[in-house]
Amino acid sequence: MIVADRKPINELLEMIKDCNKILILGCKGCVTVCNVGGSKEVGILASILKIARNKEGKPLEVVEETLERQCDPEYIQQVKDIVNDYDAVISMACGVGPQFLSESYPNQRFFPAVNTTFFGGAVQHGIWAERCAGCGTCIIHRFDGMCPIARCSKSLLNGPCGGSAAGKCEISKEVDCVWDLIVTKKMDQGRMEEITSLKPVKDWRTARDGGPRKSVREELIE
Amino acid sequence: MNDLKSGSNLEKVLKAGHFAFTGECGPPKGANVEHLKEKAAHLKGVVDSVNLTDNQTAVVRMSSWAAATILVQQGIEPNYQLVCRDRNRLAIQSDILGVYAMGVRNMLCLSGDHQSFGNHPEAKNVYDIDSMQLIALAKKMRDEGKFMNEEEIDEPPQLFIGAASNPFADPFEFRVHRLGMKIEAGADFIQTQCIYNMDKWREFMKMAVDMGLHEKAYILAGVTPMKSIGMAQYMAKSVPGMDVPESLIKRLRGAGKGKVAEEGIKFALEQIEEFKEMEGVAGIHLMAIEWEHKVPEIAERAGVLPRPKVD
Repeated sequence: MIVADRKPINELLEMIKDCNKILILGCKGCVTVCNVGGSKEVGILASILKIARNKEGKPLEVVEETLERQCDPEYIQQVKDIVNDYDAVISMACGVGPQFLSESYPNQRFFPAVNTTFFGGAVQHGIWAERCAGCGTCIIHRFDGMCPIARCSKSLLNGPCGGSAAGKCEISKEVDCVWDLIVTKKMDQGRMEEITSLKPVKDWRTARDGGPRKSVREELIE
Repeated sequence: MNDLKSGSNLEKVLKAGHFAFTGECGPPKGANVEHLKEKAAHLKGVVDSVNLTDNQTAVVRMSSWAAATILVQQGIEPNYQLVCRDRNRLAIQSDILGVYAMGVRNMLCLSGDHQSFGNHPEAKNVYDIDSMQLIALAKKMRDEGKFMNEEEIDEPPQLFIGAASNPFADPFEFRVHRLGMKIEAGADFIQTQCIYNMDKWREFMKMAVDMGLHEKAYILAGVTPMKSIGMAQYMAKSVPGMDVPESLIKRLRGAGKGKVAEEGIKFALEQIEEFKEMEGVAGIHLMAIEWEHKVPEIAERAGVLPRPKVD
């Protein structure tokens, strides 16, 4: 899923400082699963903002809504009758949400409530970790399903670097060295020769480096 | 002569079978050319080649490219270090051509410390290619006369290609295979991480020799004399991939006040004596960090002077 963290409240208060009436729009997709932007978090954010503004002596009117998804125009259309009734709209979806909203409603202002961080999953309750960099050409079959592009701090295709120590990355003891995991697994299973040949340079055109990407599925286009 | 790859002094010394002795010089944190020249001058005639570090520990300094060319002008042979952290394949290839055009003949291919260690941790890292791919690229440019994209190079850069090896990083059992990969990719010579854990180093070199790696590339053992207990503790705790045994720190402590630096040098000299006799070790890479003026004395005491002249 797409993982996100909520922005600090002061940053959000600054965004809406000239607003008296806002709409907070949650999303039932990934941000609900990672507990940052679903209907529950919409309610919490609404309360926090209202309390903060009351303290400032500038009460804020907040309306809460949560859409099925914000990455699909079909659901974005569901707020067409109300979206322009507010001074601004805060989206609690990933970075896609405010943009899809903005494209559909050019007369309204949309602010993000979250910092979209990565593609990953919950490694334990309350902790999510990155697993995919969305580089557009998956190569993890070479690495027993582990991705050095997303999980090596240097995205090395021929690792591990000289900073790998006791299974951890040189940048932090909190970060596993994915190359240690790859090498250890291959050696344990007697398949070391699979990684002792030079892996060629990557073609980054399918990644963000090739410019904004689009995925076209002809059979689905009406 | 004709079968030399680069014609660098370092290559000639190694090829002639001499025990090589290379040094290192960190470019200044500024454009202070005089300071660089002064530091490098201590190494002139004392080492076979001088490594110019490339934004080491991810701290911004004068480019190793420029510093290397200043040494060329000074009549000192540089070993240009290039890290993959700061440049993509376009910049890497143009820098290789650039240094060659300016008279540089040795190059050390590195991934580079992650930028989070340095003084610009907010930076975007590049890592378009990795150090292994960089070695293969430098070899392709030299031996095939082609860029990465297969286009012909008008006057290929004839560089003596170096790579680093850190026997003290994990997983230990894989490190010698990684060294083999770098040699397979095209490394002519290897300069290792600073060695302090001699037991581990002996084990590593035995594996390298058993695999015949010392016959395919020249392996130079990395030595950095400890100047102080603080330095030893810093290296032990904060430098990625460094293995400083507690016994060494204890030995330095035992030296007593004002004698720690001398004890550090003594340890380095003992190491060098052992490396001279060790099968597979083709030389020493002495990284006397901000201690360049001590290198002549260390070289003298290590018995590696005068340096051989090979035509």
